Amino acid sequence: MASIEHTSLPPENFGDKLRSWLPILLLVPSLIASFVYIFVFTGWTFYLSLSDSSQLPTYGFVGLENYHSLWSNRRWNIAYSNLFFFSAFYVVGSMAVGLLLAILIDQKVRAESGWRTIFLYPLAVSFVVTGTVWSWLYSPTAGIEFLVKGLGWDSFKFALTTDRKYAIFAIITTGIWQSSGFAMALFLAGLRSIDPDLVKAAQIDGAGPFRTYRRVLLPLIAPIFVAVAVVMLQFAIKTFDLVVALTGGGPGISTTFPANYVYDLMFQRGQIAEGSAAAMMMLLALSVVLVPYALYVVWRNRREQRND
Amino acid sequence: MTDTALHRDPEEAAALRKHILSRIVIYGLLAIFASVYLLPLFVVIFNSFRDLPEIAQNGLIAFPRSFSFKSWFDAWGTYCINGACEGMAKNFWNSVYMVIPATIISTLLGALNGYILSKWRFKGSELLFTCMLFGVFMPGQIALMPWAYILGTTGLNKTMWGLVLVHVVQGISFTTLFCRNFYVNIPDDLIKAARIDGAGFWRIFYKIILPISPPILIVTVIWQFTGIWNEFLYGVVLTTGKNQPITAALVALSSNGTNVRNYDVMSAGVLIGALPPLLVYFFGGKYFVRGLTQGAIK
Amino acid sequence: MAELLIRDVRKSFGSVEVLKGIDLDVQSGEFIALVGPSGCGKSTLLAIIAGLEKATSGTISIGNRVVNNVAPKDRDIAMVFQSYALYPTMTVRENMLFGMEARHVPKPEREAALKRVSALLQIDQLMNRKPGQLSGGQRQRVAMGRALVRDPALFLFDEPLSNLDAKLRVEMRTEIKKLHQRVGKTTVYVTHDQVEAMTLSSRIAVLNKGVLQQFGEPQTIYDKPANMFVAGFMGSPAMNFLPAILGSGTVEIDGAGVPLPLARTVSAKPGKRVVLGVRPEHLTLAGTSSDRATLTAPAELVEPTGSETHVVFRLGARELVARFVPSQAPRAGETMRLAVDMEKACLFDADTEAAIS
Repeated sequence: MASIEHTSLPPENFGDKLRSWLPILLLVPSLIASFVYIFVFTGWTFYLSLSDSSQLPTYGFVGLENYHSLWSNRRWNIAYSNLFFFSAFYVVGSMAVGLLLAILIDQKVRAESGWRTIFLYPLAVSFVVTGTVWSWLYSPTAGIEFLVKGLGWDSFKFALTTDRKYAIFAIITTGIWQSSGFAMALFLAGLRSIDPDLVKAAQIDGAGPFRTYRRVLLPLIAPIFVAVAVVMLQFAIKTFDLVVALTGGGPGISTTFPANYVYDLMFQRGQIAEGSAAAMMMLLALSVVLVPYALYVVWRNRREQRND
Repeated sequence: MTDTALHRDPEEAAALRKHILSRIVIYGLLAIFASVYLLPLFVVIFNSFRDLPEIAQNGLIAFPRSFSFKSWFDAWGTYCINGACEGMAKNFWNSVYMVIPATIISTLLGALNGYILSKWRFKGSELLFTCMLFGVFMPGQIALMPWAYILGTTGLNKTMWGLVLVHVVQGISFTTLFCRNFYVNIPDDLIKAARIDGAGFWRIFYKIILPISPPILIVTVIWQFTGIWNEFLYGVVLTTGKNQPITAALVALSSNGTNVRNYDVMSAGVLIGALPPLLVYFFGGKYFVRGLTQGAIK
Repeated sequence: MAELLIRDVRKSFGSVEVLKGIDLDVQSGEFIALVGPSGCGKSTLLAIIAGLEKATSGTISIGNRVVNNVAPKDRDIAMVFQSYALYPTMTVRENMLFGMEARHVPKPEREAALKRVSALLQIDQLMNRKPGQLSGGQRQRVAMGRALVRDPALFLFDEPLSNLDAKLRVEMRTEIKKLHQRVGKTTVYVTHDQVEAMTLSSRIAVLNKGVLQQFGEPQTIYDKPANMFVAGFMGSPAMNFLPAILGSGTVEIDGAGVPLPLARTVSAKPGKRVVLGVRPEHLTLAGTSSDRATLTAPAELVEPTGSETHVVFRLGARELVARFVPSQAPRAGETMRLAVDMEKACLFDADTEAAIS
């Protein structure tokens, strides 16, 4: 691997020596900032989760008491079961819609960049904006339900956000609306990068479009599926803005999510320690998703190098 | 024998019919999805120009039957948010003053770091890079208390510079990742030739690296701009009242009125908050996508 | 096995006409090569034969039926691609079975075909590997195996050896020739390498800029090219082209002074501007013979290839390349008298570039 070893030309004087250290010196501020941001802050919050802080941070050690109280809290349990439920539907739904759109656009449609622009613009929009606007659309007195009823279908119900049991689906649907463009863009890029001769060979072999996609094209972009799933899971775990804007966590606490509960504990209930514990749990969830993926990527790269 | 009987060839006619049918299905599906995607956008745009009574009567999703610019002026300058009745203008500018420095600083640092990590590697540089990457995935909640403490004790939470600092520090991981992955693809031979010619660290950066950087810099700037502008958690926690960025103001705006929802003003407000990144997206579209595909395939 | 008839095929992409009326008859079991420089349209023609592209006009017939509107899978053809196009996520076995599965061939037949072909190509031991784990030559054979397993009426090859290094290319070329002798299927082989075309095919179709230049047996194309393009394209080192003027029974080369006697009567009139084409191997040392068809020129550059030596001479403003047995090759700087074999030389019309009979 070619690289510039900064020690390849031995420094002759102080000026040279300084110059050879220049790259590292320039990197140091960013390194320190990142180090502090990543490790020190995590450690700090971790310690807070083991402390007796209430409204302000204090540093008396109380062991795992905060975690006990967190896990026996009903609202926390609702929050993370919402997270599981949401993640499953959100990730699978976004990928399914994204894949469908990518395959449709891959069929040599005209105005392709126009379609892509339409499906991707939600990514430029904040979750706050999306949540706000969709909350209006879900309103029974002015939104979709109002429109459909006005067209004659009197018994149509779409007021998800006012229903305790179904509000989570509002969040799921809106989340899919926001993120499926992302999945679509990546799948489309993957499909486009496939050697066109493979499609021609499948054509000559007699495979119809379904068989070609199922057995030739989609398996080839399998790594992209994994990458997209991981990124979306990561988004799902961090869900906060969308909930605040769309349902405010309600009705009641039925659509509260871990990130919302952290905010609530820290800044509205004056329970910093327990909030920190909840934040650590979020970090744990993220690690469970990301660490195996990182190992998988490393393993796959090693395997590819061996095969060359 | 030539193809004069083109249209009366049964085989060809059948193939043509099948082709037309599949085209109808494809475009039909695309159109249905497109309308679902565009619905919120059109609703917001139309409603920002309609009168509130007309909206209340005909619903949000209706062809506009009134037209006025009033909501825009209200949202900008006179609407009451959390007690103060000065609209969102100040919040808009807060966001601008926060996003621009944060984007520029984090992008420049990312380019410099990326250059160092890809072309001036040293023992342990790969490990350091991997550690920096954690910052991209960390949940913001972990850093809430520490940042609140730091900004509180230094008084930075009274100005936008607090948020600028937060976004720069948090953005470095991301911008470094992007730039480094881009610079890694520049042939090392180019650098070696420059060193033989006598160029040092800075000259190589200015004369070789920066001139070919516009693609990645544009992508990074676009992503940073969009991400920081749209960010909500830190905006709402680390600032208060008139110092809040526009995302926080939006949430406050829409949770205001109780039963009477001022859809007209709120639509204008939403658009004020959403337009800058949307415009960046429409004009920088292909760079947006490039960032997506480069970044996720890490 | 079936014959392939190509009648007046034209193809345009937008306003660009890539194929300008191609007529070709390939007999059943014949191996023909489509040669030409890049951009001549040979790959497009192959794609049209395969059904991957539609001709703008003209007909393609395989066997006895016109297949213009028939999908590739129903044309009873098989194709080997330049990049092999082996499905990377499937094993060799799955690659070869894929087409038969798509066509719902019954299982026993599938297995029988697989066994037969893998024995023929000696790829049995590769069955469970993925394409990424194979060498270039092995991938080539698997690609051919995938095509053979179809037992098609027509075989199409699209520059299959271009991705191999020189040595492997020669080996695989021989294997392809042996295969054709064994299996005997009608084959259309596209290549830009005229050596491959000459060694493999029974007839060569030379294309340039979408127009068929000549279609004939390799030796005919070599000895009696129809125009300057074919003459210059086939043969390496390339034929020497010398601008000249026809005399009566003679031809006078610009800048060479003495006119050369023609070996036979030609249909053009004296005074016509022509180009004399002489292949490097048809220039020999004249020594002291009284042969009147000679040229005198100094040797400038000597290029030994081991089995022979190419020498570049300067004739006026032009260069002349000749081939010698290494022991007889002149040295650089020596002026030699060269005998021109006028029987084998070709005359071309200077304006139309067509051969003059």
